[in-house]
Amino acid sequence: MRIGVITFPGTLDDVDAARAVRYAGAEPVALWHADRDLQGVDAVIVPGGFSYGDYLRAGAIASLAPIMRQVIAAAGRGTPVLGICNGFQILCEAGLLPGALVRNSGLHFVCRDLRLQVESTDTPWTGGLTAGQELLVPLKSGEGRFVADAATIDRLEREGRVVFRYAGENPNGALSGIAGISSADGRVVGLMPHPEHAIDPLTGPSADGLALFTSIVQTAASAA
Amino acid sequence: MTSAATVHQADTVDNAAATPDHPQPYRELGLKDDEYSRIREILGRRPTDAELAMYSVMWSEHCSYKSSKVHLAYFSETTTDAMRERMLAGIGENAGVVEIGDGWAVTFKVESHNHPSYVEPYQGAATGVGGIVRDIMAMGARPVAVADPLRFGPADAPDTRRVLPGVVAGVGGYGNSLGLPNIGGEVVFDAGYLGNPLVNALCVGAMRTEDLHLAFASGTGNKIILFGARTGLDGIGGVSVLASETFGEETGRKKLPSVQVGDPFTEKVLIECCLDLFHAGLVVGIQDLGGAGLSCATSELASAGDGGMHVDLDVVPLRASGMTPAEILSSESQERMCAVVRPQDVEAFMAVCRRWDVLATVIGEVTDGDRLVIDWHGETVVDVPPRTVAHDGPVYRRPVLRSESQDDLIADSPDLLPRPAAPSELRAEILRMAASPNLCSRAWVTDQYDRYVRGNTVGAQPADAGVLRIDERTGRGIAVATDCNSRFVALDPYAGAQLALAEAYRNVATSGAVPLAVTNCLNFGSPEDPHVMWQFQQAVRGLADGCAQLGIPVTGGNVSFYNQTGVRAILPTPVVGVLGVIDDVARRVPSGFRRDGDTVVLLGETYDEIGGSEWANVVHGHLGGRPPVVDLAAEERLAELLAAAAADGLLSGSHDLSDGGLAQALVESCLVGGRGATVELPALDPFVALFSESAARVLVTVDPDRADDLLGMAAEAGVPAHVLGTTGGDDLTITDIPGFSLDELHTAWEGTLPALFG
Repeated sequence: MRIGVITFPGTLDDVDAARAVRYAGAEPVALWHADRDLQGVDAVIVPGGFSYGDYLRAGAIASLAPIMRQVIAAAGRGTPVLGICNGFQILCEAGLLPGALVRNSGLHFVCRDLRLQVESTDTPWTGGLTAGQELLVPLKSGEGRFVADAATIDRLEREGRVVFRYAGENPNGALSGIAGISSADGRVVGLMPHPEHAIDPLTGPSADGLALFTSIVQTAASAA
Repeated sequence: MTSAATVHQADTVDNAAATPDHPQPYRELGLKDDEYSRIREILGRRPTDAELAMYSVMWSEHCSYKSSKVHLAYFSETTTDAMRERMLAGIGENAGVVEIGDGWAVTFKVESHNHPSYVEPYQGAATGVGGIVRDIMAMGARPVAVADPLRFGPADAPDTRRVLPGVVAGVGGYGNSLGLPNIGGEVVFDAGYLGNPLVNALCVGAMRTEDLHLAFASGTGNKIILFGARTGLDGIGGVSVLASETFGEETGRKKLPSVQVGDPFTEKVLIECCLDLFHAGLVVGIQDLGGAGLSCATSELASAGDGGMHVDLDVVPLRASGMTPAEILSSESQERMCAVVRPQDVEAFMAVCRRWDVLATVIGEVTDGDRLVIDWHGETVVDVPPRTVAHDGPVYRRPVLRSESQDDLIADSPDLLPRPAAPSELRAEILRMAASPNLCSRAWVTDQYDRYVRGNTVGAQPADAGVLRIDERTGRGIAVATDCNSRFVALDPYAGAQLALAEAYRNVATSGAVPLAVTNCLNFGSPEDPHVMWQFQQAVRGLADGCAQLGIPVTGGNVSFYNQTGVRAILPTPVVGVLGVIDDVARRVPSGFRRDGDTVVLLGETYDEIGGSEWANVVHGHLGGRPPVVDLAAEERLAELLAAAAADGLLSGSHDLSDGGLAQALVESCLVGGRGATVELPALDPFVALFSESAARVLVTVDPDRADDLLGMAAEAGVPAHVLGTTGGDDLTITDIPGFSLDELHTAWEGTLPALFG
């Protein structure tokens, strides 16, 4: 399986996402922001960082990059897409996911290991997990507070599209403790915490995050 | 500011020659009368405004090391060939480089950004990170981690509340945006830093040994390319005015120009662009633009090369209109680099820059001859021998005098301070110490730093040393620690500097790594104060002699003088960074009590040493007497034992004993490892056992079945070892002191900084 990892100027966690893809047994394919070609990948990861310096608004400029037009088109065809941190912000700005990520309620950047509850296994990125399971992964963001209007939150909850929720203390004031959500068809998932930083207990708080990457590989294998 | 700032007609070389008596504001630029005369002598005429700007900034204390040079030479004199063996680049380069094996080299350096951070905490700290990262890039390395030793006035002082949050946000805001894990550093509070906070920034870079790049311009016809951000009006004269004059008591801030403004996004792109340029073999020489901007970059590149240089200022991309040549040359706009490129490679160089949307401009070329000539609007505004700007600055032998106040300080012994004796008193003071600003948890600070990015961080705060994987295939990695107990340095600068070295060395060894090399950031008061110069001289001697004894070289460093307000200097603060290598990071020893039922062993000997201790500071506000005795041979034996035990997989956890002594090490080991312990103090006065800050001590844990192996190894190595007890449970129990619950310790340790800073 080939999984694209996009690099925008200012992307930081692309090396980590590519490593996680390798650990899961798939082949990472580097995708460049200015390209108009997804190189036939089976899934796309939009990694974390500060794309284009996050100037204007986090993710706003990146959502208009040439490669994102291809990602939007591919998502429309059901290609699985995962946005992590800045990637989640970009997917929201691109209209692939509802809501927005705004400044943490505590106003500080927060880098902390925290427990994340799996709420939905009905996506290709969480198929290998169990609902209610807790993952120990890092969160590291200054603008990680998920917000949306009441009707959107209600719809996300009702349709089972809240994929991850903060299990302990809410670290950034996200509405309903929402850490990650999916698109209506479940193919596009975005989350603020960093599963790619939790693939090996040597370099992360656990290896819990690897399950997202093995899930997509298994999904592809069972679909084939 | 300069006369050039208000004169629109540029002062040319011809004009300077024709108007020898034209008055020049050299004193306002920080030049002394004799320095100005010397410039006139070198040039055979008065300098142009642009030349005056160049000389003044390059001859400032910050750039020329004019007061420290004669003392710093001692580092080279004490470095033996054996110590140099693994050094690929040393003092004088942008940063020192050491070989770590498997074809890898690592470069690291600490620099100060103290004065700008006092004036503008966020931007001062941010651009401090940016500057040190560019130094590392200029060696051909990929920056892989940062760490920030920070020092502030009292934690509850209003000015600390102004400065600290901005500094921490600036370090995080810039470093996080560059994708560099922050793996260590320090946060220290002391009244001595009120009004003179210290913001030091360390960066580590990694490269294949063959990728080493050095700063020089050679090869006639080679092009000089300026790339990165545009040049603007920010930070003009920052180096000479900000860093080289003490803040006045009252009018201090009036003449300070704006601190440079950082753009980490531009720097991140510049990092990737530079690495692509290096890998494509398109760079002959490279230099970052930091303090003194283009003045520094052009004169240093030219004077390190084998020819002259011609630069055309008209083509420098500007972000402000109406800038004078002097302003363009001294602007400290951030995120700029200068490369020397063969003519046939220019097109390929530009193509790489275009891919990263990095602005790049050919601004000149290497010439025959030995002059640095700079033109503007078709006329020559600079024509100087570059060496005279970059390297032949003034050298001062400042008066060195140990003040009698030093005797008073030593005579003020801590032995007369009332000591706690009853278990309940000891208990109260352990808790009070754990919650004190210098010993409490740094999480409020370090939680604002990304420690995970790039996925190679094996240890970061609150670990004793930052541990980083360098080679994913072999697991080869490094450990880095920075330390300085400036209270010890104040009591005895020679011993204090060695204690700083010993602590950083020990912290690296505690993580399981073998110490390899040293860097430093020497923060002191005014060099014009003979007692400060005495502190400086003693600290340099102590550090150099200590390194020679431990057999690890100083590979580079930085001096920051004038950290004082009026006659009040900071505590002398030679921050020492030690870098170590570890063959396989999977063998590193984590910090704290990691497993239940392990045997807790104290390695090293405890003496009645309370002078300069944190206990004397917290409980009595006392600083006097003598610091702990330095025993570098004992440190070396301890380090070798730790490395051998780590390699054997014998140690499940470890923690260095330093500020706060054994009491604090036990508290932290419990909290970091998330479990309690039951221990018996060694057969000493319990107060001494708990709060003495004797050096060469480490707390380790070992599987009880292998405790005898460890004790045997310790005996063989000549390292005293005392079995203290066993890990486990939810309480810390120390002899007959009523036990502490982890919750109680956690509340005390974690609560302080959030309560102070929100």
